[in-house]
Amino acid sequence: MIEVKHIRKSFDDKVVIKDVSAVMDTGKCNLIIGSSGSGKTVLMKCIVGLFNPDAGDVLYDGQDFTHMTTQEKKDMRRQIGMLFQGSALFDSMTVEENIMFPLDMFTSDTRAEKQKRVDEVLDRVHLTDAHKKFPAEISGGMKKRVGIARAIVLNPKYLFCDEPNSGLDPQTSLVIDKLIREITIDFNITTVVNTHDMNSVMEIGDKIIYMYQGEKEWEGSNKEIIFNKNEKLNSFIFASDFLHDAKDMRMLEMRGKISDDRNMEDLLNK
Amino acid sequence: MFFNHFGKFLLMLKGMFTKPENHKMYWKELMHQCSELGIGSLGIVAVISVFIGAVSTVQTAYQLVSPIIPKETIAQIVRDTIILEFAPSLTCIVLAGVVGSKIASELGNMRVSEQIDALEIMGINTKAYLILPKILACLIMIPMLVILAMVLGIWGGRFAGEAANILSKETFDRGLLLEFVPYNVTFALTKAYTFAFIISGIPAYYGYNVQGGALEIGQASTRAVVTSCITILLADYALAALML
Repeated sequence: MIEVKHIRKSFDDKVVIKDVSAVMDTGKCNLIIGSSGSGKTVLMKCIVGLFNPDAGDVLYDGQDFTHMTTQEKKDMRRQIGMLFQGSALFDSMTVEENIMFPLDMFTSDTRAEKQKRVDEVLDRVHLTDAHKKFPAEISGGMKKRVGIARAIVLNPKYLFCDEPNSGLDPQTSLVIDKLIREITIDFNITTVVNTHDMNSVMEIGDKIIYMYQGEKEWEGSNKEIIFNKNEKLNSFIFASDFLHDAKDMRMLEMRGKISDDRNMEDLLNK
Repeated sequence: MFFNHFGKFLLMLKGMFTKPENHKMYWKELMHQCSELGIGSLGIVAVISVFIGAVSTVQTAYQLVSPIIPKETIAQIVRDTIILEFAPSLTCIVLAGVVGSKIASELGNMRVSEQIDALEIMGINTKAYLILPKILACLIMIPMLVILAMVLGIWGGRFAGEAANILSKETFDRGLLLEFVPYNVTFALTKAYTFAFIISGIPAYYGYNVQGGALEIGQASTRAVVTSCITILLADYALAALML
């Protein structure tokens, strides 16, 4: 479990995060959503320690990460895996070398043991024929999967994903979402996902935190988000007419007014 | 502004000195950098040195028109000019462009594409893992390249002397041994170590602290090379004034 307590962060005179508190549960996909510039990436970077917050605390299973020494932070970070928005794979290394890098750096395993672990995680992310390819030779979706494989190779307790679906087509996005969810459940880890993709919200959002202009505006689950009464959140998630209509249909369906496919079609034709 | 950058530069250097997470990986990275920055610059250093030596011989002979000055003096002047100035300073100014822009753009690209953040998240001290091996590699390889530049420069001068029918190889060799001051080599190597630190440290600082995108990487690279060249020239004068 990760607890965020009264985090504040500003750059020069611009306040980006204004007193945000939240709890990220273990074994669940915790989503931070919000429009561009709402502060979700800065919040995530404050949680993982890439930015030092101006005020507030971040607790990993009760341990105060914000006030740890540099060495303690380095030790803690070995329990953290992160998938970056652009995958952040090392250009000069092959897929296999990218994933083996944390093993080389932090374990004393033999070459065969490391190779076995690399094969396992690549198999886990459904990439079995990309071992010797360089990042420039693989697709965006494959890069994301390699990024996930590298993030989980040391069996982290906490997984962070910054915009895992950015630049991906809807089908590949679904694959990535499914993968993140499976890994969260299989390894019982605390996963925090930064996204503005509504598909992800509905697919994997066990817990959702909506950020608006640097503040936590709403918190709930993917079951609650459809029926929420928060105007700002609704204008964010139902930004398109299509989703607005879909919501209306869902509401009607829930009230039992849509009983068959014909009525659904009538509604769509209106 | 200058003190702000200088302070950050010193903090960057301080941040490099921590216990390595894995000695073997750091050694591997150091060897990789020695190969990339040192062996990779061998070609350009060799070509420049040979031609500078050759031009030195021809131009010195052109200026020494008096028949009472022995031909050996040409070799003496070429030798001392190459050892004292051309091999350390000119080679390092060229390397500031070749190696400096490579270091700045590599680190800048890693910063912009979040590769440095990825290493930080793994619990790796990126200053120690990315910058220290580059500085050490330059401190190891650049003095070697400077020695090579001395040898090739003198050889180029010797070759050009005979090819242009200015002086024979035997005369050139006699001139090389006349009034040779070994301290000149010590001075040249002191310059080489100083310039090696400038060539690696300044571009590393600019590259590591890039913010933005491709445009900013290019700007940082240019700024790194310009600052390195100016610093080399200032250090060159300071060392000459102090040591000669």
